[in-house]
Amino acid sequence: MLAKMLARILAIMIKELRQLSRDRMTFGMIVMIPLVQLMLFGYAINTDARHLPAGLVDLSDSGYSRPLVQAVAATQVVDFHARYPSLQEAEAAITRGEVKAVLYLPPDMGERLLRHPAVAGGHYLAEPVGQWLVDGSDTVVAAAIRSLRQMPLDEVLDLELKTQVPSFEVVQYFNPEQRSVVNIVPGLLGVILTMTMVMFTSAAIVREREQGNMEFLITTPVRPMELMLGKIMPYVLVGFIQVSIILSAGHLLFAVPIRGGLDSMALAAMLFICASLSLGLVISTLAKTQLQSMQMTVFILLPSILLSGFMFPYEAMPVAAQWIAEALPATHFMRMSRAIVLREARVSDLGFDALWLLGFTCLGLTVASLRFSKRLD
Amino acid sequence: MMSHELAIETRGMTRMFADLTAVDGVDLAIPKGSIYGFLGPNGCGKSTSIRMLTGLLRPTSGQIRVLGETLPGAEEKLRRRIGYMTQKFSLYENLSVRENLEFVAQIYGLSRREAKARLAELLALYTLEGQERQMAGSMSGGQRQRLALAAATLHKPELLFLDEPTSAVDPENRREFWERLFDLCSQGTTILVSTHYMDEAERCHGLAILERGIKRADGSPQALMATMGARVLEVAGEGLRALKQQLIAEEAVLSAAQIGSRLRVLVRSDVAEPAAWLGSRVAGRSLAEVRPSLEDVFVTCTGGRHVG
Repeated sequence: MLAKMLARILAIMIKELRQLSRDRMTFGMIVMIPLVQLMLFGYAINTDARHLPAGLVDLSDSGYSRPLVQAVAATQVVDFHARYPSLQEAEAAITRGEVKAVLYLPPDMGERLLRHPAVAGGHYLAEPVGQWLVDGSDTVVAAAIRSLRQMPLDEVLDLELKTQVPSFEVVQYFNPEQRSVVNIVPGLLGVILTMTMVMFTSAAIVREREQGNMEFLITTPVRPMELMLGKIMPYVLVGFIQVSIILSAGHLLFAVPIRGGLDSMALAAMLFICASLSLGLVISTLAKTQLQSMQMTVFILLPSILLSGFMFPYEAMPVAAQWIAEALPATHFMRMSRAIVLREARVSDLGFDALWLLGFTCLGLTVASLRFSKRLD
Repeated sequence: MMSHELAIETRGMTRMFADLTAVDGVDLAIPKGSIYGFLGPNGCGKSTSIRMLTGLLRPTSGQIRVLGETLPGAEEKLRRRIGYMTQKFSLYENLSVRENLEFVAQIYGLSRREAKARLAELLALYTLEGQERQMAGSMSGGQRQRLALAAATLHKPELLFLDEPTSAVDPENRREFWERLFDLCSQGTTILVSTHYMDEAERCHGLAILERGIKRADGSPQALMATMGARVLEVAGEGLRALKQQLIAEEAVLSAAQIGSRLRVLVRSDVAEPAAWLGSRVAGRSLAEVRPSLEDVFVTCTGGRHVG
């Protein structure tokens, strides 16, 4: 009795293994998914934010500003990428997302430095020497900049200092209370849309093939591009429903502000939805079964969650991981949605990401149409 | 050489899949307005031939002309002029009868008014009225087949390909289905149908017998039966199973198959007096020469490898 039962279990096991070994894609995924995850978590993900892009507004004419800036750069927390002549321009750069923080050195910076308690001793007018303006929407970034507040000024003055009084004042823009939900909700838009949009369309072509509809469809006059566009358009609507749900719920339940215009948000969402859908279509022309398309969706989804800046700041990732991240539509949308929702940016401020998504969509649709042959050979 | 009267003309049509030759040098000349059959067992190259003729597969070699257009090259041009009913039901099971037909009408670019009129016509013709809202997935084999035929003929194709259209259908529905094919044919549609049923093949105006990708014979069923290279004799009596074993060992016997209480024996036509020749080998059982059937033609063509 038991022997027969085991024999039947064994028979099914052998059959499963045989089928599995013949499905090369599934076999590949079994190897690739853990490997890629390990690489992502091991190398790419670094919760210590370093080399944050920063700007400088130096209004002081003191000889101290150069050593001060060098001392700040030496901490590796920030890399100074740009100089701005005024605070207004620096703020605009933060809104556009060019820099995460700006160091403002006021005209009287030299005097402040000499009066600073760490230098002068005692409690003589405790004024910080400079001010950090921070894009506080990402709490990890804000925390990294806050760590600079107590930066010792020894090297700047070549003096040994004893007391630890704040060297800088830190102003956190956009998310002064440092609530992480404020940053997560617009990011979640990107993750959820990636998941659903890619998943829906990745099965779109395979399903027709698996269910036997394809042989009929390809003998009709329908053109590949018509088929592709017809397949993705209904899901644009689905995507918009999801965007509305996430933003309204985020606003009502978690008090996430929506500062930018809804028109900008709609345009950014539209671009991202189209890019994700066309990515799904490309997958659909690659996969031979619905199971394979599901696996490839996961394969895209993982880095979209881990590398796009959703969980960990993009700036904190090594360069190689940033390249991978740049290739993912989610990264570009994550930047746009956060900029629009939290920093009151407009799509016109985010031209690069917008164009990138548009280009990705066109490329995806072309590749999917070219790969989709109205033949069976 | 290419006649305007031919709907399909091929020269040496060949298709390889890796080292398997699925269709091997098939020549066809199918006149317009006829029902032409591909007869052969499963895997003989019927579906592969149809897929090449509909432009779904590229031939490895050979020339193909369909409705005066050369394939490969004119696939898209031909899409509107040909209809194709696949072997497996290929409409959407989770769409209703009407929704499926509306979809097909839109794909073929019918206007709303044209589509409405054509749908009413098709629903009546294929007795699908009253089932418009039924999901295609929940219909019987015969109903699905009628729906598939309605979809394949919706755009009034000049040439209709049917790949084993009746394999999931009971005999009564098969009869009815063939009546519909003759209706279409009488309206000028050329029909190419593949089948492994002899009775269906016998209804065709012309047919090609395919085996292992090679065309073994073609012509009208009557001509094929008249010119087959064997004579058909039936032996009645006892102990037919043993007699069969004895006869098929003979070089001159192509096949011997029991049909009820008789043994149907195909004797090569190079045997001068088949009745006398066989009579000396059946130990006094009664014997008569009978009219050949299409099955006999098929057996003769394929050397008895598939039947008997």
